[in-house]
Amino acid sequence: MSTTPVMSLKPRGIKWDRVALYAVLLLLAFMFLMPIYVMLINSIKPLAEIRGGNLVSFPLEPTLEPWLQAWSLAQIGVEATGLKPYFANSFLMVIPAVLISTALGALNGYVLTQFKVKGGTLIFGLVLFSVFIPFQIVLIPMARLLGELGIAGSVKGLILVHTIYGIGFGTLFFRNFYAAFPQELVKSARMDGAGFFVLFWRLMLPASLPIVVVNIIWQFTNIWNDFLFGASFSDYTSYPLTVALNNLVSSSTGVKEYNVHFAGAFIAALPTLVVYIVSGKYFVRGLMAGSVKG
Amino acid sequence: MKRTLIAGLISASMATGAMAAESVEVLHWWTAGGEAAALGVLKKDLESQGVSWNDMPVAGGGGEAAMTALRARVTSSNPPSAVQALGFDITDWAKQGVVADLNALASKEGWDKVVPKALQNFSKFEGKWIAAPVNVHSTNWVWANKAVLEKAGVTTMPTSWDGFIAALDKVQKAGFIGLAHGGQAWQDATLFDGVVLATGGVDFYNKAFVQKDEAALKSPTMKKSFDRMAQLRSYVDKDFSNRDWNLASAMVIEGKAGFQIMGDWAKGEFLNAKKVPGKDFMCFRVPGTQGMVSFNSDQFLMFKVGAASQGAQMKLAKAIMNPNFQSAFNVVKGSVPARTDVSNAAFDDCGKKGMADLAEANAKGTLVGSMAHGHAVPASIKNGFYDVITQHFNGTMTSAGATMAMAEAVQ
Amino acid sequence: MKNRWLPALVLSPSIIMVGICVYGFIAFTFYLSFTASTILPTMTLATESNYERLFSLRNFFLSVKNLGVFSVLYIVISMLLGMFLAILIDQRIRAESLFRSIFLYPMALSFIVTGTAWKWLLDPSIGFERTMRLMGFENFVFDWIKDGEMAIYTVVIAAVWQTSGFVMALFLAGLRGIDGEVLNAARVDGAKNWRIYWRVIIPQLGPSFISSFVILAHMAIKSYDLVIALTGGGPGRATWLPSVFMYQYTFTRNEMAVGAASAVVMLIGIAIVVIPYVRREMRLNKGVQP
Repeated sequence: MSTTPVMSLKPRGIKWDRVALYAVLLLLAFMFLMPIYVMLINSIKPLAEIRGGNLVSFPLEPTLEPWLQAWSLAQIGVEATGLKPYFANSFLMVIPAVLISTALGALNGYVLTQFKVKGGTLIFGLVLFSVFIPFQIVLIPMARLLGELGIAGSVKGLILVHTIYGIGFGTLFFRNFYAAFPQELVKSARMDGAGFFVLFWRLMLPASLPIVVVNIIWQFTNIWNDFLFGASFSDYTSYPLTVALNNLVSSSTGVKEYNVHFAGAFIAALPTLVVYIVSGKYFVRGLMAGSVKG
Repeated sequence: MKRTLIAGLISASMATGAMAAESVEVLHWWTAGGEAAALGVLKKDLESQGVSWNDMPVAGGGGEAAMTALRARVTSSNPPSAVQALGFDITDWAKQGVVADLNALASKEGWDKVVPKALQNFSKFEGKWIAAPVNVHSTNWVWANKAVLEKAGVTTMPTSWDGFIAALDKVQKAGFIGLAHGGQAWQDATLFDGVVLATGGVDFYNKAFVQKDEAALKSPTMKKSFDRMAQLRSYVDKDFSNRDWNLASAMVIEGKAGFQIMGDWAKGEFLNAKKVPGKDFMCFRVPGTQGMVSFNSDQFLMFKVGAASQGAQMKLAKAIMNPNFQSAFNVVKGSVPARTDVSNAAFDDCGKKGMADLAEANAKGTLVGSMAHGHAVPASIKNGFYDVITQHFNGTMTSAGATMAMAEAVQ
Repeated sequence: MKNRWLPALVLSPSIIMVGICVYGFIAFTFYLSFTASTILPTMTLATESNYERLFSLRNFFLSVKNLGVFSVLYIVISMLLGMFLAILIDQRIRAESLFRSIFLYPMALSFIVTGTAWKWLLDPSIGFERTMRLMGFENFVFDWIKDGEMAIYTVVIAAVWQTSGFVMALFLAGLRGIDGEVLNAARVDGAKNWRIYWRVIIPQLGPSFISSFVILAHMAIKSYDLVIALTGGGPGRATWLPSVFMYQYTFTRNEMAVGAASAVVMLIGIAIVVIPYVRREMRLNKGVQP
């Protein structure tokens, strides 16, 4: 008898179940897509159509003008620059922060699982608990710290802040992943004489791609979308895209150009959407390999 | 070799050139519309004087996010040169000892003589000028769509509270929304400014809101004010909750509603929609408050910065107080100049009325700081009042309960 | 011996940074809650108890009550929906990555975007209600977002939409990690499909439940941006959460000491809920050390 594939729980013979399955999936997919469909469809309508019509109707006169506005012409402050100039600030902040916090998380996970460290368990517990700290508590003391370090208002300061608050989740992800790492491989590598860094660099890290992806997605999303730190620890040279988007969308004066707002929200979300879609497969694989074995 | 030497010289001279140019960093929340355009005028003015404008806009909620960012900036010893600020917030910052001294400039320019005393309470701290006021807004205005009123049979603007209620009734019966309103706490409180002034007059307003006198806060006059708020509530449409103020103005502009009680920044919306005062829309004081003005003033508070930036800061302050700028900015913004010696030639009819009302109130002593906009009590008490007013307006408190709660809020 | 100090050395940057910037700041906040801080921190102690004031504030109890309602609904619905989605996706469907991406993408959006989009959708005058009415359903009403009693449920809707995809991913990973042997054995024994799920599979998803609980609890605590973008805290104060309370009193009302007191209370609450999970993870850690 042929072995049925592990996860095939397909009931044999009855096709109606499959039909029902797809029907439910499609309905749910439709509900999940609805907000983004509404945002998209209204971002290419002229403002008059939005006011007059309903939010699901197709545009009678589709226009890309709102996207152009959001990108480079909309008022963000005194300047009418659109969102374009602020992408650079966000990338300059996010990429180093993600890289450094991933590196730290990986090293921490490595040390905590492969070495005896005095109080290692307690340290892990404290690092883990640190992810729950509400950010409002952090604002003022961190501002003081950045001021003392002389990096207040700069991209460097933002990188430092995001790195520090990314350590918690990073350590959690990697530590769970390395805890499930086959110990035989580690033992034989050690017997071959692999030292601390060689063991990490040559054996463990290369095998960690799935969890690296999980961590990168998580950190990238959180840091890219952060507003509070971005508005408070930056100055006119370094404020990130979220602050600019907020200026576009939450302005307390002027006509509300919803189409431009939605186009702007999309443009701001594109990098994270791309990261999600491109690495979706690795994401699930990474979660599988890492955090859920228990 | 020669090329790198020349390149080096060029970049060195550019660097010193850049250091010699002055700059101001300005934190504000005027991120769109006429205000941003008006700031742009200020920016160009400064640039022509060799001062570059470094913009730090943080939008949202009447400055909430900006004020949070400001705390972080001040704590990190990296404050912006100038910050848009209102009322008691200015005083609170001054108490921290982190603001600049503008007295030298102020006495040279004679600010003491031309800025209304009520404003100076905020622009100065312990006798020193610390901020340059940009405008004077007033909150006890009513804006009405003339066509809607005519269709409803309202021919003259009401001057008494009962007349106002009667007019609202007529508009509602004619099938329109009586009062266009946005249910956000500050908007509810803006209504309350006008209602309390109309119900108790300037003396009561001062006693309750400025002196925080418990007896006044618990008095029947306060309860009557809440009753009147409940009356207004019955003329508001069912979707008023969390509506932005400019969408409420749009309801009046588009002829869906008859009246809106709002500060004179609403005028900007009407003008943007190409409406003409007197012809398309009417502006009058909340019935019962003609002759009184509850004001709030946007001011640019100057922070203590390094010696290198102080020159630029002074230039900014001077440019803000320049009568030409005061006229140009306020024509667009809907407010009136913070200087009493600016000509009203460029202003529309509502603006002219506003300036006349301000001069009258300044002379008679009926110019009071708006409670709703932080010019009567500091932030903690103001927000305590907000809690009561908005909960009452949303029906979760009775007028009697609200009156008691107002007295509790000042403790 | 190199091995003695190198691991500790490698851990030390994280220990120092987390030590100062998390626990140091928590201690600082604890101290602040006894001071007379208003607009900025001050070291002078307060004459009256900030905690007394905190517990006398209607706003605070409203925030805590709302957090209770919100977090229970949010966590339970997200977990159920996430698990349901994972089970569906796990049925070897075609276009699995497409469906997976569709359910996962909301997580990529910032809370400001989510709040703004849903604010629009739920606004009776431009969103669902109006659309349904224009389509002919004249009496359709959906104005929860404007209703003091119901507004908190709109926050639940938006938040569930945002994160149930992530929960789905966690459960999917858990499902795929289940030992095939046990499943085969159950099937050979003739067990029906749904029974297999109920008796065999779901009990083994314990770790997924726990991980998603942590992620969801973490989101619930931090949901300041979402609430502000969606309802502004209103109608009135109907959708205030402790994060909103903390922000308002610390930054907007210039009552930093009261904000600090609320933060301390919040942290204690969080600790009570989360420490069991942390201890569980720590126990696992013990088993892992070489």
